[in-house]
Amino acid sequence: MFEALTDKLQDAFRRFGARGVVTEDDLDRALRDVRLAMLEADVNFRVVREFTSRVRERALGADVLRSLTPAQQVLDIVNRELTEVLGGDAAELAVAPKPPAIMLLVGLQGSGKTTTAAKLAARLKADGKRPFLVACDIYRPAAVEQLVTLARSLDVPVHEEGTGAKPADIAERGLAQAVRAAATHVLIDTAGRLHVDETMMAEAADLRRRLNPHEVLFVADAMAGQDAVTAAQAFHEQVALTGVVLTKLDGDARGGAALSIRAVLGVPVKFIGTGEKTDALEPFHPDRLAGRILGMGDMLSLIDKAKTTMGDDSARRFNDKLKKGSFDLQDFIDQLRQVREMGPLGQLLQMLPGFNSIKAQLDVDSLDDDYFGHAEAIVLSMTPWERRHPERIDGRRRKRIARGCGSAPADVNRLLKQFFEARKLARQINSGRLPALAGMR
Amino acid sequence: MRFWRRRSADEDAPAGDAAPGFTAGETGEMRAQAERALARSRSGLFGRIGALFERREFGDDLWEELEELLIAADTGVAVAGRILDGVRARVRDTGVTTADGVRAILRDELVAILEAPAVAPPRWDAPFPEPLVILVVGVNGAGKTTSIAKLAAALREGGHTPVLAAADTFRAAAIDQLRAWGERLGARVVAHQPGGDPGAVVFDALAAAEAAGGAVAVIDTAGRLHTKANLMEELRKVVRVIQRRHPDAPHETLLVLDATTGQNGLLQARAFTEAVNVTGIVLAKLDGTAKGGITFAIAGELGLPVRLIGTGEALGDLAPFDPATFVDALLA
Repeated sequence: MFEALTDKLQDAFRRFGARGVVTEDDLDRALRDVRLAMLEADVNFRVVREFTSRVRERALGADVLRSLTPAQQVLDIVNRELTEVLGGDAAELAVAPKPPAIMLLVGLQGSGKTTTAAKLAARLKADGKRPFLVACDIYRPAAVEQLVTLARSLDVPVHEEGTGAKPADIAERGLAQAVRAAATHVLIDTAGRLHVDETMMAEAADLRRRLNPHEVLFVADAMAGQDAVTAAQAFHEQVALTGVVLTKLDGDARGGAALSIRAVLGVPVKFIGTGEKTDALEPFHPDRLAGRILGMGDMLSLIDKAKTTMGDDSARRFNDKLKKGSFDLQDFIDQLRQVREMGPLGQLLQMLPGFNSIKAQLDVDSLDDDYFGHAEAIVLSMTPWERRHPERIDGRRRKRIARGCGSAPADVNRLLKQFFEARKLARQINSGRLPALAGMR
Repeated sequence: MRFWRRRSADEDAPAGDAAPGFTAGETGEMRAQAERALARSRSGLFGRIGALFERREFGDDLWEELEELLIAADTGVAVAGRILDGVRARVRDTGVTTADGVRAILRDELVAILEAPAVAPPRWDAPFPEPLVILVVGVNGAGKTTSIAKLAAALREGGHTPVLAAADTFRAAAIDQLRAWGERLGARVVAHQPGGDPGAVVFDALAAAEAAGGAVAVIDTAGRLHTKANLMEELRKVVRVIQRRHPDAPHETLLVLDATTGQNGLLQARAFTEAVNVTGIVLAKLDGTAKGGITFAIAGELGLPVRLIGTGEALGDLAPFDPATFVDALLA
């Protein structure tokens, strides 16, 4: 996400870097690139206009032009402004003084409300809460069935009345049932509606009035264009939004809509949807996203992900091994397996700093499951002794290992080489000498 | 609306004012429908374009404003720039200074982009392939299933027998959704179990369409982000299944695009075209305030024509796309 924007900004400022001296014209030229990049990322044109003029003002005010590191300073200003527009710290879900917390999901057709409702329920359940779903989309054929199917697969209770009753009545009865069931959170899925449809917007406003929800979440498609703000604004006027969930961020959409909605309405983005499965919902971290925009990668998200997949203990043990340099092939294969559990490799790699500059060299898709499968097969074909002493694997052993897993000795050589490189890299990281990723293949 | 209708050989050629492939009456009807749907777009930003031309003589300051308005309609910066360069050059060459003159040139440029698709829209005059196979693809939530229901309604109205293939076996209740439409329409829906093989569903649907005789098979596929290699491969497999039975099919591969889509729409169109050779765009949800300006980029860069527009929530709210109508409505 935001990849091209990162590249553009880096390009724009690399030009300063070469000469070291910046004129006001240079600044304007760079800001034109920033504008272009933001518009291509679907950031609303009014937001872009304001953003660039504020950056310009600050850059001139901070006397960036006469500074010794002008590029760095401008980059800092852009970064700070971007983080500010995106909303400072991560926003939490509202807490109800007396449970259950009522959460209303609204949005345009096809933005992903039903899927998001299920994902939120899955997330709350994993946190030990007792979510409860209510199906109020009586218009789209089989929308109720969709929510019921998802609820069943998550083993979360759901209230539905088919398509015969009024949404607000269904919601109120669902709420009463949730209270009886001692639910902690009630998630109300509503029909998708156009912001210009007066009848449907009035219905949404009525729902809000009668339920008095703690959260009104606007579910927005990350692929939305300039009109995202118009729609969000209309919803905000009718139902007073408290948060945004940005969906479908697992594609290559740059999600400028998030930036725009946040900037214009001041409503924070609370979660992002990053996949089709019900666990693919992540808290939104504005600071991380700003960092990612500027090519600083998203190491924090990666570390978070690693922690939840590996568990703290296993991560600590692995870290100790890394430090002692006693990292062997068995650890290597354990790591590979855990990385695979963390999700598609391409998605993980995107979080690495500098990844955009090396992406072209890497065939990310081919690195995926096939690679893991082969590597695993090769290591599994080794004896435990060999796994602990990879440097002692000679030509004869390599041939035997290759035969054992049905690959060529060259494949075994390649894997061993990769392992030694990985170990070297790990030692370098430990000694604080992180090599530039651009040189890595 | 009669669309993809059977045409007899001796039927009169369309009258002068008609859109290509349609009779004058049909053209008038679809223009009216597109007009209604685009009324909101008109009152929005593109409406400001109209106002821009009314305001004053055309001076330098207005070019920038015009660029911004095109960008606000999601044409993208590059396309907006190219459109305006073309307009500017012609304004210079013709010596036009009046706002009306500039507006006429802009209209021509916009229409020209939409009218020059490298992919010629197929015309289903006689002989009509039997069965006609229409594959419908798109990202999640674009509006595939609803568009298919509308298309099926239009096909029925045109005297055809639509057979709908519920090849979205992934999303919860997607099959139920298509079935519900099928019941409402009285159209046959071929479906398997959720989680089943989409290829197998398509195979059975084609068999059913063949048996029905003169049928149109419309295939609903699961929404997928164009960046997911495995899901795009699954789509290729669906096409292979179709081609095993009918080497020249699918006769149309329609990419459903949400009219609110921004610049990502171009990436979607490119990726789906590479995977399954898209032949046209269905621009869904055009009844909001979104302008669907990304279609200019898609037509300009990929040569893909817009075939149909979704203009509302009712079954009849699907209209053939006519570039001149679209642009006129936008600039009115």
